[in-house]
Amino acid sequence: MSENGFEAEGLTKRFGKVAALDGMSLAVPRGQVLGLLGPNGAGKTTVIRILATLLRPDSGSASVAGFDVVRRPGQVRRRIALSGQHTSVDEELTGSANLVMIGRLLDLPRTQAVRRAEELLARFRLEDAAKRPVAGYSGGMRRRLDLAASLVGRPEVVFLDEPSVGLDPGKRDELWQMIRGLSADGVTVLLTTQYLEEADALADAIAVIDHGRVIASGTPAELKSQVGGHAITVRPNDSTDTDAVATILADVAGRAPERSTRHELVVPVTGDEAFFEIAARLREQRIGVSELSLRLPSLDEVFLALTGAPTTATEHATEPTKAA
Amino acid sequence: MTTTAPTAAPATELPRARPLPWLRHSLVLAGRSLAKTTRNPGPIINGVVTPALFMVLFVYLFGGSVAGSTTTYLQYLFPGILVMGAGLAGMVSTGSAINLDLKNGVTDRFRSLPISRLAPLLGSVLADIVRYLLAVAILFAIGALLGFRVQSGLAGALAAAGLAILFGFCLSWVTVFVGVLVRSAETVLAISFISFLPLQLGTSLAAPVETLPGWLRSWAEINPVTHVMDACRALLNGAPAGDTVTMTLIWCAALFVVFCPLAVRAYGRQQ
Repeated sequence: MSENGFEAEGLTKRFGKVAALDGMSLAVPRGQVLGLLGPNGAGKTTVIRILATLLRPDSGSASVAGFDVVRRPGQVRRRIALSGQHTSVDEELTGSANLVMIGRLLDLPRTQAVRRAEELLARFRLEDAAKRPVAGYSGGMRRRLDLAASLVGRPEVVFLDEPSVGLDPGKRDELWQMIRGLSADGVTVLLTTQYLEEADALADAIAVIDHGRVIASGTPAELKSQVGGHAITVRPNDSTDTDAVATILADVAGRAPERSTRHELVVPVTGDEAFFEIAARLREQRIGVSELSLRLPSLDEVFLALTGAPTTATEHATEPTKAA
Repeated sequence: MTTTAPTAAPATELPRARPLPWLRHSLVLAGRSLAKTTRNPGPIINGVVTPALFMVLFVYLFGGSVAGSTTTYLQYLFPGILVMGAGLAGMVSTGSAINLDLKNGVTDRFRSLPISRLAPLLGSVLADIVRYLLAVAILFAIGALLGFRVQSGLAGALAAAGLAILFGFCLSWVTVFVGVLVRSAETVLAISFISFLPLQLGTSLAAPVETLPGWLRSWAEINPVTHVMDACRALLNGAPAGDTVTMTLIWCAALFVVFCPLAVRAYGRQQ
């Protein structure tokens, strides 16, 4: 038995002229969460579809829970679950009926399917809505139900394709908690996202992909040190203070800040020490600020740091299987 | 690193091997399809209202001039309407339902489950059979209200209804195939409606094929739906059926044998 939850070696896949995957290799130890970070069209959905046996790679190999995805798709399907970008629950059915149906398709006897559905509805805080048709659910509830549906069969590996797209921050945090619960259960998770923040919050390891290839990988900490850690944003109350603020930032960070808007200054820093130092100096000089923040770099900034170029993949067509 | 027994005990609730998993899964998915129909009965209404409208329209507009009286004409027309109803009930719904599933990601979930690739399709088509039964029963009731009388007793009526439903079942595999291949649900509907005219009306539905103009007659004579309508007409009116029943069964078998595997292959394909 493989020690890896899943692994992929040199996967390639073309859709017409577009190379969706161009030699993608990944490996994740069992029970860990891998965050696949990349812009639209980087190949995130394609690699998930290949690992979930929905798509055949042009070349390369992949195995999930120790089984080859091309030669043993049946064995793979017994051990995986897929929760897609588009929530795939039935609008017309109740939340409970959706989960019971999946249980029945997984050959649970009816009573067990019902019990499993109740368990999951409780775990995902959907008991109150269990008997209502999904059509009336909010976006966050649907996403939770979709996640619950993927867990009915107690999968060993779960694929989550951009799970938090379109959720407001509160709902997103709630979903994150539930995803963390998965890895606590020992499930291996592959999670795709466009946000470093999300990958950082959930993943044990992150692979940054672009044009169907892994361009950087490591633990969130390793990756952050590679891309320069954090960015500090300062916006003085009084715009005449802007130059003074710029001097402080340049002094502390060791490089000149950028003016992202007229009176907002941004500078990359490593570690959070710089943040406190800047705060202290602002106070010393009695400069009032309307914004002072330390944040993770955006995907664009990650790409800028890794490739020296902003994300370009968005200009390519996204995978045709995901036509709007 | 801990790698021993990391996953939540799959053995406890995991399935024992039971016979005919594909059939069982198909039935579960047929239940799904029916549950959806009860909340969205459009397809059934379509399968009943359209043929019922044609029936009323033809009988009262043309009945007198075509057959001398509306009741005589109804005896001729009704069996064809029955076939149309069975055909429509599935034709319109199955293809677009499957197409919709493909669009919104439900199909991806089904395809990533350890179930037969046949099950989602067969489930949908099996649910259609219930829809046909309903459509056929309602049409019989409307026909009886208008004055249609079965001349051949219960056996004849059951045989005709069974034949119409069997044909509807086999024909719907064509729609399923189209539904899997075509990109949008609108296109599936458009194809269904465009094919409705020649397929259902270019037949012996309203008048015997001998009375049709040459070009239409040649089409009507090769159109399988004509055979089904002729067979049902003979069965319901207690007239000799000739080879129409056999022809119908051959067509049913041919449609099924060709389009069911095609649809399943297209559906299960890993692009």
